[in-house]
Amino acid sequence: MATRKTPVKSNSSKEDLLHYYREMLLIRRFEEKAGQLYGMGLIGGFCHLYIGQEAVVVGLEAAAEEGDKRITSYRDHGHMLACGMDPKGVMAELTGREGGYSHGKGGSMHMFSKEKHFYGGHGIVGAQVPLGAGLAFADKYLDNKRVTFAYFGDGAANQGQVYEAYNMAELWNLPVIFVIENNQYAMGTSMKRSTKSTSLFGRGLAYGIQGEAVDGMDVQAVRAAGEKAIAVCRAGDGPYILEMITYRYRGHSMSDPAKYRTREEVQKMRDEKDAIEHVRELILQGNHATDDDLKAIDKEIKARVNDAAEFAKDSPEPALSELWTDIYA
Amino acid sequence: MATEILMPALSPTMEEGTLSKWLVKEGDTVKSGQILAEIETDKATMEFEAVDEGIVGKLLVAEGTAGVKVNTPIAVLMEEGESADAAPAPKAAPAAEAPKAAAAAPAVAAAAPAVAAAPAAVHSNASPDWPAGTAMKTMTVREALREAMSEEMRTTPEVFLMGEEVGEYQGAYKISQGMLDEFGEKRVIDTPITEHGFTGIAVGAAFGGLRPIVEYMTFNFAMQAIDQIINSAAKTLYMSGGQMGCPIVFRGANGAAARVGAQHSQDYAAWYAMVPGLRVVMPYSAADAKGLLKTAIRDNNPVIFLENEILYGRSFEVPDLPDFTIPFGKARVWREGSDVTIVSFGIGMQYALEAADILAKDGISAEVIDLRTLRPIDYDTVLASVMKTNRCVTVEEGWPVGAIGNHLSATIMMRAFDYLDAPVINCTGKDVPMPYAANLEKLALVTSAEVVEAVKSVCYR
Repeated sequence: MATRKTPVKSNSSKEDLLHYYREMLLIRRFEEKAGQLYGMGLIGGFCHLYIGQEAVVVGLEAAAEEGDKRITSYRDHGHMLACGMDPKGVMAELTGREGGYSHGKGGSMHMFSKEKHFYGGHGIVGAQVPLGAGLAFADKYLDNKRVTFAYFGDGAANQGQVYEAYNMAELWNLPVIFVIENNQYAMGTSMKRSTKSTSLFGRGLAYGIQGEAVDGMDVQAVRAAGEKAIAVCRAGDGPYILEMITYRYRGHSMSDPAKYRTREEVQKMRDEKDAIEHVRELILQGNHATDDDLKAIDKEIKARVNDAAEFAKDSPEPALSELWTDIYA
Repeated sequence: MATEILMPALSPTMEEGTLSKWLVKEGDTVKSGQILAEIETDKATMEFEAVDEGIVGKLLVAEGTAGVKVNTPIAVLMEEGESADAAPAPKAAPAAEAPKAAAAAPAVAAAAPAVAAAPAAVHSNASPDWPAGTAMKTMTVREALREAMSEEMRTTPEVFLMGEEVGEYQGAYKISQGMLDEFGEKRVIDTPITEHGFTGIAVGAAFGGLRPIVEYMTFNFAMQAIDQIINSAAKTLYMSGGQMGCPIVFRGANGAAARVGAQHSQDYAAWYAMVPGLRVVMPYSAADAKGLLKTAIRDNNPVIFLENEILYGRSFEVPDLPDFTIPFGKARVWREGSDVTIVSFGIGMQYALEAADILAKDGISAEVIDLRTLRPIDYDTVLASVMKTNRCVTVEEGWPVGAIGNHLSATIMMRAFDYLDAPVINCTGKDVPMPYAANLEKLALVTSAEVVEAVKSVCYR
């Protein structure tokens, strides 16, 4: 097995490293469980797993402050867990139950938490980008010094409305960080087959937006970039673009046979770039915890995810009267 | 503890599949994420990954087996130190665990319109919109719209206006004239020509606590933004289980102006009226434009407010009241009559009222109803009138297929069938893109003469 080059010394504290480990592991175990429940027929429709990309949301959430907002696409489970939403409520929404964040009326792709400032969960590729700029517009209008993370993928990066949003976000200096999660594949179409651009953040330069590419498999690098982008936006000099170079291990959705890439390619990423393994190595090398300590964390996370799954199975289906509620405020 | 690995469902519709190949053998140690098997569904061959680590105990289904039902145990995964013999005997495939509640009954029709054979008692909602004796002032629809926005912006700091040329240019149709001077560029915002983008930004701003008014120069251009209007603005409250509403007004000129051709002349009333989650308003008079726009700005839902370029300059009497509003879902009876009910809205009212004047001279007494809001629709006022006159003609500028008039006809048929003395006739625009040539354009639009003819037809005259 090839090993990644890990810096001998990490610039992160013990607390930070253990926090990253715990948060990323929660997302991975949660997603594995979601895949399992999907296989059992308990989760229906489309289900897009975040496995492989965990460092992006965990790193950026570590840089965010209370009150900052986030909005993303339909590959949204990781974002919700990372911003502190309850795994039980998320899993129960996946199973379409009353205990879910949307009482079962949204599903995997459409989930929200006003309390945690999570604005969805949007099923139309790219639509969340102007919406995210709009959240930032509201923050600027209200002068509350908040920033918004508007996440989208390399696929959405080819939607026209992204560039309409770029243009106005820069024109009005909106405090929004456009986070491109470049996982290399837009469903089954690799970046090479969809654009001659080699840099996605670079497209923002045409609108005057500063940005950079970041190793999205390195949670420390993600956090550092996030802190820089946040500082720019809070100072009133937004927007900012972060292109996170990352990778999804699983298919686009559960029914994706993934014939557009080789098994070896996926395995190589897992072996050499895995974000969780990376942090695990940093923890062990820095003597921040023992193997047994980490095993205890693994066990604790597994129990939390199992609890979420049990809750999601036991929660009743929404009352039939729910069909007619929440159409109008 | 040993766990069973079950045949997975690998697509939204899969019920069974072929276990084409095992990629592990009994005794192998596997890690979570490792590929265990290849499974062929009706669509594709999929890789099936382990979700737990452990040692492969028994393979319960041989490779090459077809028709393996979802949730059948296909292997046993052991923890370190366990022997395969300790594995529980595989149970019969458990039934899908989905709870049965949903299967109960589609008895949810409660809130849907009742399809009762016997017509229930129906009472008109129509009532005066202002007290008798109220002082009136004459103003154009344009001024009424401006006054409504300005009054609401004076009292509510979260309300702002955004659109193309609304600020420095003073509005493409001068609706927002003077508003930049009064409210400043923070609240009267000129956008680039980018409807999809600024609509998304406005919807996001509404999610973020503001109350945007979005002006489209015309609703034809809102087609660029239809996804944000329908998928983001109208559906989010529902999809969020009531957490996240979208208080926003989308307003602008709708329908045919004059000689601007197919891409600039279209009535979107029926399109938007179809969408649950939207409110749809289409005023005719200046009083309604003012009272309904103020209600729209205060409403906590996305409101489509369909104006008309031809009506902008027309003058009407408007009550001189400090805070005049008109509720949604309340039709206005413009003219009482006994022989036929003419139902219309927006500029269609012009043809309906002209026709009623002509018919009066022929001794036919027409009751003319302005729906004013198309979602919600004031069915009861229409039905009460039809139960009185026993005849109905609808008038609108939009296309005939899936028209508002079609929907009203169906509702009248279901709820007042026994009262009808003639089939309802829908007067609509013709089923063609709007032509440019003056004579053809005239032919494509609905006319007062057509309304007169339709009324005579339902009156058998």
